[in-house]
Amino acid sequence: MQRIRIPSVPSSEITPRPVWEDRRRFLRAAAGGAAAALLLARPGQAAVSRPGRLAPIADLQETAHGKDLKPTDYDDFTSYNNFVELGVSKEAPANNAHLLRTRPWTLKVEGECEAPGEIGIEDILTQFSQEERIYRLRCVETWAAVVPWVGVPLSLVLARFKPTSKAKFVELESISDPDRLPGQRRPVLPWPYVEGLRIDEAMHPLTLLATGCYGEVLPGQNGAPLRLVVPWKYGFKSAKSIVRIRFVEEMPETTWVRLQPDEYGFYANVNPTVDHPRWSQARERPIGEGLFARRRQTQMFNGYAEQVADLYRGMDLSRHY
Amino acid sequence: MRPIAALRRWQPPRAAKAIALALACAPFALLAIDAATDRLGANPVEAVLHRTGDWALRLLLATLAVSPLRRWTGWQWLLPFRRLLGLAAFAYALLHGLIYVVLDRGLLWDDVVADVLERPYVAVGLTALALMVPLAVTSTRTMMRRLGRQWQRLHRLVYAVGVFAVLHFLWSSKLDRLEPLVYAGVLALLLLSRAPAVLRAWGRVAGPGPCDTRS
Repeated sequence: MQRIRIPSVPSSEITPRPVWEDRRRFLRAAAGGAAAALLLARPGQAAVSRPGRLAPIADLQETAHGKDLKPTDYDDFTSYNNFVELGVSKEAPANNAHLLRTRPWTLKVEGECEAPGEIGIEDILTQFSQEERIYRLRCVETWAAVVPWVGVPLSLVLARFKPTSKAKFVELESISDPDRLPGQRRPVLPWPYVEGLRIDEAMHPLTLLATGCYGEVLPGQNGAPLRLVVPWKYGFKSAKSIVRIRFVEEMPETTWVRLQPDEYGFYANVNPTVDHPRWSQARERPIGEGLFARRRQTQMFNGYAEQVADLYRGMDLSRHY
Repeated sequence: MRPIAALRRWQPPRAAKAIALALACAPFALLAIDAATDRLGANPVEAVLHRTGDWALRLLLATLAVSPLRRWTGWQWLLPFRRLLGLAAFAYALLHGLIYVVLDRGLLWDDVVADVLERPYVAVGLTALALMVPLAVTSTRTMMRRLGRQWQRLHRLVYAVGVFAVLHFLWSSKLDRLEPLVYAGVLALLLLSRAPAVLRAWGRVAGPGPCDTRS
């Protein structure tokens, strides 16, 4: 008698429930978005003008993300930055950007996965389709911007390394180069910068591993050559100049949480109803709008509630801030 | 020596006062030029808020430095400039407060009240500004004469203003506390320089005695 053998499925092959649930919702949303894009698209009208400062990203795929948003002026977005590795003031990162070496650049992926390894920036740029997505950006300091990012859904890159079922979180580590980066010569923050996401947040279709912005490669001050973009979270979650991603079982201890746990949380979801101890989060100031522009209301999950609110169902967001 | 006597003894030439006034106005003029030529960066409201706050604090510390400097160097001519420095500090602080309420908060008073009640750095900042008002109002020669010895007592409030202003800067800093700590250090030095006079005053029996302008 022949026995039927059920082939064992490696745990890395099992799609976590939130991911496939998300995928369905995403496909539905994408279908709607694509239809809208077809209606809105006007031939010959480039959505995002290229500033012509850095190398353009080849084979850029336009998407429906944020087509209704007006991008922040390139000069404003690239001259007002929080990137402490390059200096603590808002101007320092742009002034010191030349100190950041972005080639060669390798992203190491390790931890709870079956195929740990590394991938070079050129491979990320050539082996994955580069999507343009216009996202809102909201900084915890209450300023805001709209950025046409270019990048790859993080889930596509992570899938290559086959995370196991033990991979409950990802930990992202930024560059460490105190010899060259002026901000890392002082212990302003505990270096290197570490951020983290829950695995379902990391695998969410909105979460982007960005390689560029405004159609060109990322400027140093904005986190070249590879940064995270999680549009429904405060900007500090979106780690810049990433060198390592680790799949881990326990919630990683992230930089700002280590520094001031009463002011910064692991989730850091944009939430107008939960104030930072030192400033209200109810309103935000779009940058580049002049001296007399007023603040506008901040949206729950930065306007992405429809796509991400389910990730936090049943959680007390005033406690898990 | 009474302050009134000191002021009567020597007055700087008009030109010197005009130059001092021009210097005190220079940061405002530069700010206005930057605003008019769109050189305040991506977040101009934050830029004008920070720059007026910085100058209010710098001028306040300069005001507090007049007496110790005069004592250490013997430069009596510094004293008449103290009022100008103090009034300039008040002007920048007032501007800072107005920019916060009008440009940053957009005159949303509920937000302002919530800020004052919930955020200590806003509360101490407002306190510093409020305490400067009676000092500015009584800064005229007439008020000095009218208040007599009370004038000096009242104007000791400036030390509290200094402490609140430095706390305001320190508590509002998100990450790098180096700059506010430098201001705190300068303030501590200026306050310590008064310690001998204060101790002497405490050691003295209460009652009318020689008023020490150097306290």
